Amino acid sequence: MEVNEKIAVDHGLKKDEFKKICSLLKRIPNITELGIFSAMWNEHCSYKSSRKHLKNLHTKGKKVIQGPGENAGVIDIGDDDAIVFKIESHNHPSFIEPYQGAATGVGGIMRDVFTMGARPIANLNSIHFGSPQHKKTKNLLRGVVKGIGGYGNCIGVPTIAGQTSFDESYNGNILVNAMTLGLVNKKKIFYSKAAGVNKPVIYVGSKTGRDGIHGASMASAIFDDKIEEKKPTVQVGDPFTEKLLLEACLELMADNSIIAIQDMGAAGLTSSSVEMASKGKLGIELDLSKVPCREEKMTPYEIMLSESQERMLIVLENGKENSAKKIFDKWNLDFAVIGRTTNTKKIEINFNNKKVADLPLDLLSENAPMYDRKWKKNKLPQKIKFKKQNFKSLKLSDCLKKLLKHPNICDKQWIWEQYDHTVMGDTIQKPGGDAGVVRVHGTEKAIAASVDSSAQYSYAHPLSGGKQVVCESWRNLISVGAEPVAITNCLNFGNPEKEENMGEFVECVQGITEASKYLDYPVVSGNVSFYNETKDKGIKPTPSIGGVGLIKNYKKMINMNLKKQGNLILVIGKTEGHLDQSTFAREILSEKKGPPPEINLFNEKNNGLTVSKLIKDNLIESCHDVSLGGVLVAASKMCIKSNKGIKINNLKNLINKFEYFFSEDQGRYLIEIKKDNLSKVKKILMDNSVHFDDLGVVNDDKFLFSDEINLSIDDLSMVYKGWLKKYMVN
Amino acid sequence: MKSSVIIFPGSNCDRDMDVALKKFGFNNKMVWHNDTALPKSDLIVLPGGFSYGDYLRCGSIAGKSKIINSVIDYAKSGGLVLGICNGFQILTETGLLPGVLQQNKYLEFICKNVHVKINDTKNKYFKNIKKEILELHIAHNEGNYFCSNDELKLIEDNNQIAVTYCDKDGTCNNNSNPNGALKNIAGIFNQNKNILGMMPHPERMIDKYLSGEDGSIFFENLIGNLN
Repeated sequence: MEVNEKIAVDHGLKKDEFKKICSLLKRIPNITELGIFSAMWNEHCSYKSSRKHLKNLHTKGKKVIQGPGENAGVIDIGDDDAIVFKIESHNHPSFIEPYQGAATGVGGIMRDVFTMGARPIANLNSIHFGSPQHKKTKNLLRGVVKGIGGYGNCIGVPTIAGQTSFDESYNGNILVNAMTLGLVNKKKIFYSKAAGVNKPVIYVGSKTGRDGIHGASMASAIFDDKIEEKKPTVQVGDPFTEKLLLEACLELMADNSIIAIQDMGAAGLTSSSVEMASKGKLGIELDLSKVPCREEKMTPYEIMLSESQERMLIVLENGKENSAKKIFDKWNLDFAVIGRTTNTKKIEINFNNKKVADLPLDLLSENAPMYDRKWKKNKLPQKIKFKKQNFKSLKLSDCLKKLLKHPNICDKQWIWEQYDHTVMGDTIQKPGGDAGVVRVHGTEKAIAASVDSSAQYSYAHPLSGGKQVVCESWRNLISVGAEPVAITNCLNFGNPEKEENMGEFVECVQGITEASKYLDYPVVSGNVSFYNETKDKGIKPTPSIGGVGLIKNYKKMINMNLKKQGNLILVIGKTEGHLDQSTFAREILSEKKGPPPEINLFNEKNNGLTVSKLIKDNLIESCHDVSLGGVLVAASKMCIKSNKGIKINNLKNLINKFEYFFSEDQGRYLIEIKKDNLSKVKKILMDNSVHFDDLGVVNDDKFLFSDEINLSIDDLSMVYKGWLKKYMVN
Repeated sequence: MKSSVIIFPGSNCDRDMDVALKKFGFNNKMVWHNDTALPKSDLIVLPGGFSYGDYLRCGSIAGKSKIINSVIDYAKSGGLVLGICNGFQILTETGLLPGVLQQNKYLEFICKNVHVKINDTKNKYFKNIKKEILELHIAHNEGNYFCSNDELKLIEDNNQIAVTYCDKDGTCNNNSNPNGALKNIAGIFNQNKNILGMMPHPERMIDKYLSGEDGSIFFENLIGNLN
């Protein structure tokens, strides 16, 4: 087939990009070569719109062993242990085919982690759906949850935390972000950079089929009415094979046979071979006739672009082929030598003794387009003046109940009970808390992880939203007694070719950078998902932050369960009463305008480090960060979790009580302390200039505030736990 | 006491079981599915997971694996065989235990703590056990036990129902039945009570920092009975 501009455009390339390819090559590429270009130059693989801005991210830190640019980031957790982790989106495929889309998202991110020699020890996810009333939402949610469970449960890696939200901006573009953490010996980390000429290039794992061809290009396009036709571009997952691949790879990694290893994820064999060779400043020669194929008569074009799952590409030391093959035979997996490294700095592909592609590698990676897209700055919206009469007819207890059953606040047990969260026998904090916690097997250490996003805030003001989500992640880790170490980010945005969307992206990244620098909470890995847009309607900007923290002694972990009657509850951090963009303002006052709560990074850090100190000194019995819904919602959740009550004090000098109880000011925590420790705690708080309020006292089973709230915990619990289950069953 | 845990491709609770057995004093060995002989053992465990991907039917391919003939011989000669979750499914597939495990009633994977009542203590597993009701953890998609009326009559007459799902006070009814299992059955014995299959995972509940500690009671009691 003769390649022309139209065919190039059908491959998702822009006309001028095709021109650039021809002039760089000094000829017209053949169809296989065009396929390779389209795979490497699309947004998903080349980060062409985002690269310029991602360079600014804060990526360095004392504990960072590997920052962005590898299969996943790596942090040092002491002794010889390191944690490998990353979050990645699988949004487009999950909308088209929720089960397989979500399942292969989980499979893909786990491969990124075990490729580096780490055994996965925990999975997390952040999933976002359209309005609950939208006709597709229920089935998409059901399918995605089943897909995530179907894959993770089978592999036997616990899913320890997650986040689910609903917003009409996701009606036509759901988001599925999957995160995996793995444990590795820091002297045994494997990278994707090839080294040495004439080393065998090995293909292992599943056979190659026609599934997923152009998956990466699909993920770089906007949706229209014909999305159903894209179903064949969604990959099909086989967690059983992945489990075998995991065990086989880890077994092979135990000796010194591997020079470089890369999983075949987006753009399959193309991106894995190009990346390994270009990182090593080498060339690579492949013979596609040797690739194990599942289907007959596959063309070189199809083999190079297939996104069949559960495959890896390995550059092996010479002479290790037989011993390596034995391991893969044991696990019943394909193993084939399909090429070798060269010094040509080219990718040369042969098929049935004919050369079918011959491309200089720098054209595919370094020379891939990089755009400085136009973007629009976002002004901070004007603050709303809420008047007394706004609150006149409202009852505190009704408002509280309404917030507790709000889809974005309510209990998500229906979801996480479908995920195996206890396999591997080290889960010491289950989903539903501030962060999931797993022990580092056989040690005193534990790892806490959470995933957060802030679409509402980011939509109102991207810079604040970007900062806020980093802070919230940090806070969640502090709340379980962990020292926050590093983050991974999944940046879900609309169409970067639109100035507004690009502006949201640029300023969110700026916010993330500012906060992560200030908190010394670097970004070590991540992914960008653009074009989350259907028929011209984009999603709200949704930066998801996966945070990872270290607990040096797992016995010091704390949770949000109230411990004892008579204990005191303090609010740490100042409540200013910022209602704009709060769930209360949006859902009860129907006011959707205004700026998100202000982020004061100094207070955030100071409050967090002080809470950390209190936890270290054994002065805190339980802790919960104050987020969506504000103080009353946070206090109710602590009650529901532990089946105990709180009597809220009649607060003195109270600003408007609705503002106090429902504002979403940042940098706040609720802590439970013993009466006997009050003076010690107060002293530490005052010494560190941390504002606090005496909120109330723990009691048996009632949630009480003056004569305005008198609710049993059973009532609260029913409200909080009822919505999702009812929604899914009906 | 010597124990052996069989690893099938796709097993994923093999390590957890190994950790638990060793913690309570077993000298445990791992056995690969392609082996044909078992090491000398006082207890054989078929662990949880998705053996052979659970393709075809849960546990069916494992039920035809190389090692399984030795397991069957060992069981028929009176040796103790414990199957947890997928291990229970495999035991029904081999015919060592009656009945089948169907998909959960609400067609969803369930991972949570449950209570089970011990129905029979005249056996090596539960003799002397200090609690009648244990809080254990389940994590399965196919744990809905079913058998024919004739089989049910036989297992009831012979007290082969080992554990049943109940609430924390020991009441067995629909509300305390997580997966639709017939008669709330969570685990059963063979006729001689040397083979036990159950859905709950005691190996996930072996210290106070985990979901609970009742798994410790199970293992401590078991090794105590064997010594």
